[in-house]
Amino acid sequence: MARNRKSTEGKPKSRARRRFLIGSTVAAGGLFVGWQLLGGGAPTDPATLLDPGADEAALNAWVKIARDGTVTIAVPRSEMGQGIHTALPMILAEELDADFDRVEIIDAKVDRIYVNDVMLPEGFPFGPHDESFIARQARATGRWLSGVIAVQATGGSTSVRAGWQPMREAGAMAREMLKQAAATRLGTPVASLKTERGEVVDPASGRRIGYGELAADAAGVKLAEVPPLRAPSQFRIIGQPKQRLDIPAKVDGTATFGIDVRLPDMLFAAVKHPPVVGASVTRFDPAQVQRMPGVVKTVAVPGGVAVIADSTWRAKQAIDALDIEYDLGETPDFSTDALFDSYEAALSEDGFGYQDDGEAVEMLEAAGSNVLEMTYRTPFLAHAPMEPMNCTARMDGDRLEVWAPTQAPSVSRWIAAGQADMDEDRVTINVTYLGGGFGRRGEPDFIRQAVACAMAVPGRGVQVVWSREEDIRQDTYRPATLAHFRVTTDGEGYPVAWANKLVGPSTSGQATMRYIPFGSDSGPDRTTVDGAAWLPYAIPNMRVEHILSRVPVRIGFWRSVGHSQNAFYSEAVIDELAHAAGKDPYAYRMHLLADSPRYARVLQTVARMADWEAGAPAGRARGIALHESFGSIVAQVAEVSLDDGQPRVHRVWCAVDAGIVINPDTIVAQMQGGIVYGLTAALYGEITFADGAPQQSNFPDYEMIRLSTMPTIETEIIASTEAPGGAGEPGTPPIAPAVTNALFALTGQRARELPLSRHDWTTTGS
Amino acid sequence: MIDFVLNGETVSVDVEPDTPLLWVIRDTLGQTGTKFGCGVAACGACTVHVDGVATRTCVLPVEAVAGASVTTIEGITDGGTRHRVQQAWIDEQVPQCGYCQSGMIMAVTALLAENPSPTDADIDDAITNICRCGTYSRIRSAIHRAARA
Repeated sequence: MARNRKSTEGKPKSRARRRFLIGSTVAAGGLFVGWQLLGGGAPTDPATLLDPGADEAALNAWVKIARDGTVTIAVPRSEMGQGIHTALPMILAEELDADFDRVEIIDAKVDRIYVNDVMLPEGFPFGPHDESFIARQARATGRWLSGVIAVQATGGSTSVRAGWQPMREAGAMAREMLKQAAATRLGTPVASLKTERGEVVDPASGRRIGYGELAADAAGVKLAEVPPLRAPSQFRIIGQPKQRLDIPAKVDGTATFGIDVRLPDMLFAAVKHPPVVGASVTRFDPAQVQRMPGVVKTVAVPGGVAVIADSTWRAKQAIDALDIEYDLGETPDFSTDALFDSYEAALSEDGFGYQDDGEAVEMLEAAGSNVLEMTYRTPFLAHAPMEPMNCTARMDGDRLEVWAPTQAPSVSRWIAAGQADMDEDRVTINVTYLGGGFGRRGEPDFIRQAVACAMAVPGRGVQVVWSREEDIRQDTYRPATLAHFRVTTDGEGYPVAWANKLVGPSTSGQATMRYIPFGSDSGPDRTTVDGAAWLPYAIPNMRVEHILSRVPVRIGFWRSVGHSQNAFYSEAVIDELAHAAGKDPYAYRMHLLADSPRYARVLQTVARMADWEAGAPAGRARGIALHESFGSIVAQVAEVSLDDGQPRVHRVWCAVDAGIVINPDTIVAQMQGGIVYGLTAALYGEITFADGAPQQSNFPDYEMIRLSTMPTIETEIIASTEAPGGAGEPGTPPIAPAVTNALFALTGQRARELPLSRHDWTTTGS
Repeated sequence: MIDFVLNGETVSVDVEPDTPLLWVIRDTLGQTGTKFGCGVAACGACTVHVDGVATRTCVLPVEAVAGASVTTIEGITDGGTRHRVQQAWIDEQVPQCGYCQSGMIMAVTALLAENPSPTDADIDDAITNICRCGTYSRIRSAIHRAARA
């Protein structure tokens, strides 16, 4: 295992742990600001959460310190490449004044103290900057509800935003406890003591005591209040590029992903799902494959059938040989062509209005023929993380243990408990590294199946691994949506009234129906209109509504969710308006940002980086886009050409204002990754359905950017003292419009539908 | 029984001869550094060296490597010292989720053995593995860094 990562995956947990001082319970959570707002109650003993060894002391729910000075930080968020197993420890280590070279991490257990109280409220139908009474009340209620149902999840680019305050407080409290322990030992007032990189220092005597020597005493210190936090000017870890703690294990093959979990005498299972949406399994005969090599058992699992065997390959051979009969359900003819026709038809309906500023509808009516109408479409998309869906589970008597590459351990626990019909406190969830998540791994389907298999072979671990074909065909896709715009402009060509009717399903609604029995998809769902409403531009009359149009396909959260399609719509429409007005698309946007200096600065920065005024070299053209999502503002310029009639992206410039930045190297990496994810989708990505079945199933027909098609990306981080914003998703939304706008500049052809590779570019341009 | 050499040690496996080498390495021999990505040799996550040649193993029957020498990501560390490609991957902070990187590193070590100073075009032609996190820029930088090392 990696030097910096301790893991108990696959090993029995030690029951004999020495509890240092249970009196530290109060400091564990009772003081954590907001704990009462999250439902309060008695927090779990830190020793229960952190399993300190004989030479370790747990100071609170997030940190334990060993006698040799090693600081171990519990990270309650899933590492899927976004660097959170480094960023959250950096925040805590900053306030603890730890030596970051002596920091190790462990995965936090599932517990209410590790709640993510940002994610849930962001589904509520209020804009991100809405500070009205009702919006603030709704957010507070959302935080409280997050605490009550103990949402422990990674998604929505929330980890740093939600972890910023508790990780800082946990570090500051631990540091204060260490100082008080030192004061007692030295007989000096605590106020005279300082700390320095893992030591308490008494400036008067010059004495220094390492945190390791103080930890056991410090664990017994009770604090009356949360000590003051550092000013940003004092930061020496936050804001510095740090090497990621998880990377060494990811270059030598030792990192344990879900699919790498190995248990003694374990079994492997392959799964087959029905071939069309809405279908179900009616009949199969286990005897048909029982005599195939290695086969142990064939069982029905939620959503399909599984063969359990002694190797993944043998299980796969058997499931492929098994004849399964299906009830094709009510939508065996479902097709994306027909779906878009139904979306068009739905435009005559009125939707739920998320934003209704001024009198957009009335003004558009009055404008008569002076209205620009545009219809945009985006397709279903699969997540396709490199590690196919998988999960390992084992039933031991009345206990269930699960090893899962999951973004949602708390949901996983209640789903696993429900599947096994047992109490949640008898279920242990071990979160492994995730081989990509992108929203797909917040779903519980693969966890249910692993539990069902484990129940069929008690005492033996079973690992369910989906084939890539199952992974792509059984995804919870980003929904296909349609956006119909009507815009009227003033004499200068600037928009004065803007109406956007979005048609599509409710992503959050359908997802909650999968998680909880009382979920519903009829209520408002902000994720669907994120990036369509609440634009930074000065448009006085604006209406954005969503017409709910359900789909029989499973849909879910795809990196940047609604932003991924709405940024394409909004920023391409702004570009259309700029060209219609005969104005430069950058100058046009700057005019509309006159009262939004923070956004204008990001756009100005990217224009400077790209030398926008100078323009593209011959045969190429540039497009620009700006978008805010998950608390961060990103602007991008893309430079394109046509290569054999196909769009080719050569360069991308990216400016980002993500507020206070924890690890700048991670921000740069996440911008690159977000751009590649969005560019892959913009150029190639689509899942289409015909006769009820997805027509794509593996990388040969679901193409990806590779080294040979990778553009050069330059990223600049804008210095900011605003609260930290998200990093994992905000890089994705602007790239599709930036590229589309560049292609328009190059060819005069406006693509209002993705992917771009489906358009015929040969009749235009160079 | 089928015999081959895995990371310098002779191994014997009793499996169907058409079992892909990937699953023999992962499930039978328990070396999990080599990954399953697509099952159709399209993504490169399962890349190992067979007699020094970068080979995708998810479609390679184990019988095809009888008597051959197979090297996986676990076999390129030299007595605790990282291979220069692994070190370049750390220096450039390449991995994000990391799942594709074993296959990437194996493809790159084979490339550099054959072509010690690849151009960008050589890299584009030789390294066709997929990274869903989009670490390609840093992969390219790390290849050049390793070539200089």
